[in-house]
Amino acid sequence: MPIKVLVAKPGLDGHDRGAKIVARALRDAGMEVVYTGLHQTPEMIVTAAVQEDVDVIGVSILSGAHMTVFPRIMKLLEERGVDDICVIGGGVIQENDVPKLKVLGVREIFDADATTQNLIDGIERVVAEFGRARKRTGAATPAS
Amino acid sequence: MAIQLERDDVDQAKGEWEQLTLLPFMERRPERRSSFRTLSGTELQRLYTPTDVADVDYLATIGFPGQPPYTRGPYATMYRAQPWTMRQIAGFGTADDTNARFRFLIAQGQTGISTDFDMPTLMGCDSDDPRSEGEVGREGVAIDSVDDMLDLYRDIDLEKISVSMTINPSAWILLAMYLVAAEERGFDWKKLSGTIQNDIVKEYISQKEWVYPPKPAIRLVRDTIVFSTRNLPHYNPVNISGYHTREAGSTAIQEVAFTLAGGIGYVEEVLKLGIDVDSFAPRLSFFFVSQIDFLEEVAKFRAARRVWAKVMRDRFGAKKAESQRLRFHTQTAGASCTAREPLNNIARTAIEALAAVLGGTQSLHTNGYDEALSIPSEPAMKIALRTQQIIAEESGVAGTIDPLAGSYAVERLTSDIEAGCFAYFEEVEKRGGLVRCIEENFFQQEIADAAYDLYQRKERHEWELVGVTKYRDDTGNPKVELHHVDEAASERQLKRLRATKARRNENKVKAALAEIARVAQTDENIMPATLEAVRARVTGGEIVNMLKPIFGTYVEKPIF
Repeated sequence: MPIKVLVAKPGLDGHDRGAKIVARALRDAGMEVVYTGLHQTPEMIVTAAVQEDVDVIGVSILSGAHMTVFPRIMKLLEERGVDDICVIGGGVIQENDVPKLKVLGVREIFDADATTQNLIDGIERVVAEFGRARKRTGAATPAS
Repeated sequence: MAIQLERDDVDQAKGEWEQLTLLPFMERRPERRSSFRTLSGTELQRLYTPTDVADVDYLATIGFPGQPPYTRGPYATMYRAQPWTMRQIAGFGTADDTNARFRFLIAQGQTGISTDFDMPTLMGCDSDDPRSEGEVGREGVAIDSVDDMLDLYRDIDLEKISVSMTINPSAWILLAMYLVAAEERGFDWKKLSGTIQNDIVKEYISQKEWVYPPKPAIRLVRDTIVFSTRNLPHYNPVNISGYHTREAGSTAIQEVAFTLAGGIGYVEEVLKLGIDVDSFAPRLSFFFVSQIDFLEEVAKFRAARRVWAKVMRDRFGAKKAESQRLRFHTQTAGASCTAREPLNNIARTAIEALAAVLGGTQSLHTNGYDEALSIPSEPAMKIALRTQQIIAEESGVAGTIDPLAGSYAVERLTSDIEAGCFAYFEEVEKRGGLVRCIEENFFQQEIADAAYDLYQRKERHEWELVGVTKYRDDTGNPKVELHHVDEAASERQLKRLRATKARRNENKVKAALAEIARVAQTDENIMPATLEAVRARVTGGEIVNMLKPIFGTYVEKPIF
């Protein structure tokens, strides 16, 4: 069963180039990808993640509101008793915020230079370490 | 360009050169790649000669500056009269915070003002809207009412300096706030010069800041164009923008084609009112990016002017030369800046700024070296401004007009970009026009495909980023001092908003909002009622929300 990822765009920020490229690259690499579209609230994102039964929520945020958005998502997951969906992020996130986000339980933050292979490796690693104990076949590999 | 005899001679001589010189040389030293492509993916020839521009008629397609088709520039003297307007965008925190940055930039020699609003203001949300949490004053300035607008440009002479505002779905409200602020400070509307972005079409296409569906939103743009034509003779009521389309990953051709397709859409909308095209077309203005691919960008700017001139003349029958004249602002490419080794962005920005100048821009924002990391710090903005000043004062390129004209390569690229634009216009018509193309995600899919293509070229190392994909220094990434986010700005803004609301007359507010709602349901111009509301200290969010049940709201079908 392939890893299933929700690519999410929270808040008012409309910068969706990165989110769309990541969505496409992960799909080409064999993962199952759901893209939320723009202007999602943390509630909408968590609801979609639960309904779609994803392994990973990948949050793309370039507006600077990450220290508002990530805590909300983590709190909502906790309130709903979800502890096996890994939350990762990317976008414009200043380095000194990364440790703070990790303390909140965000598993990985990818910067703008991350390659497809970095993303795949990172996602596989966090799912293996923190994700659901599902039997998976056919590890994802990047498209040529 | 070249006469026939010369052309045959050149072809023959080129053939001989290939046999005698090129091939033996390449046997000894092969080229390092099988093909060289522009950033947009266009294959570059090894060498361009007069043969490559034999189809380019100098008088009809290149011509002279200040005359249609304006390939060589919109004005007869270009930078010999005065350099382009140096217009660094600024905006963060409250109106007071941004006012201080404006005054710093003016003190450093900046010649125009450009205003960046925060996400809530851009999306028509007041600072106290729940959706605004975490975003108030964060990546632009928070403006809720005319009281904020008064402080934003405090002590700046609005009759002397041109002011640009980057605002879209709620642009008509911010324009009203600007006009009321000017009025309350005793300035004459007829003397105001400046630009409001107000380009909703590219929001659906690429920037993705919208509130209402395309049809009512385009009507609001129409109303501001019509109002401005009658009341603001020196003001640009729309800045039709390709910047965001390119930043979203489009090619150079898509950038120009989709932008001008939007321009065509606005012209058609105003013409439906029976207004003469020559009465408003001269005030339409444009905005492009300057990306890192130098030759392609110079060609792009030149092509954009030529295409618009032809569109206005042939499609809309514009008689006045000014109606065919494309004037544009440029910003260097945020997407070209890297988070690694951020000082390298100074070099990138300088190349891009030079391309904009050699492409004939009217105004320019150069990005700070910290563009990929945060909104710009004051030192980053100072170097960015200095980069423009060095080009204007030291490089010598401002002394002669359109100096790359006649370059075989640049003229070929210019003509190819022009042809690519007209092919897209045909495609848009075939697909049922601008609004249908937006609703069916045509532009959005084209951009997503181009963005993914470039991404894959980078992954395959066909397009390198210095310090990132090539020459990467893994010993560490140099730190630069970044803009400090003032966490208290949001609270200060909420206090300002509460104070405005406490001072105003609620009966007047209700009446003004009811009048806007009434006008919205007719085909009357929305501006007079909006100006009245703004005078009564109605907030932007209140007006935007009032019209949601009438106009509806827009939801994009997500694609990737």
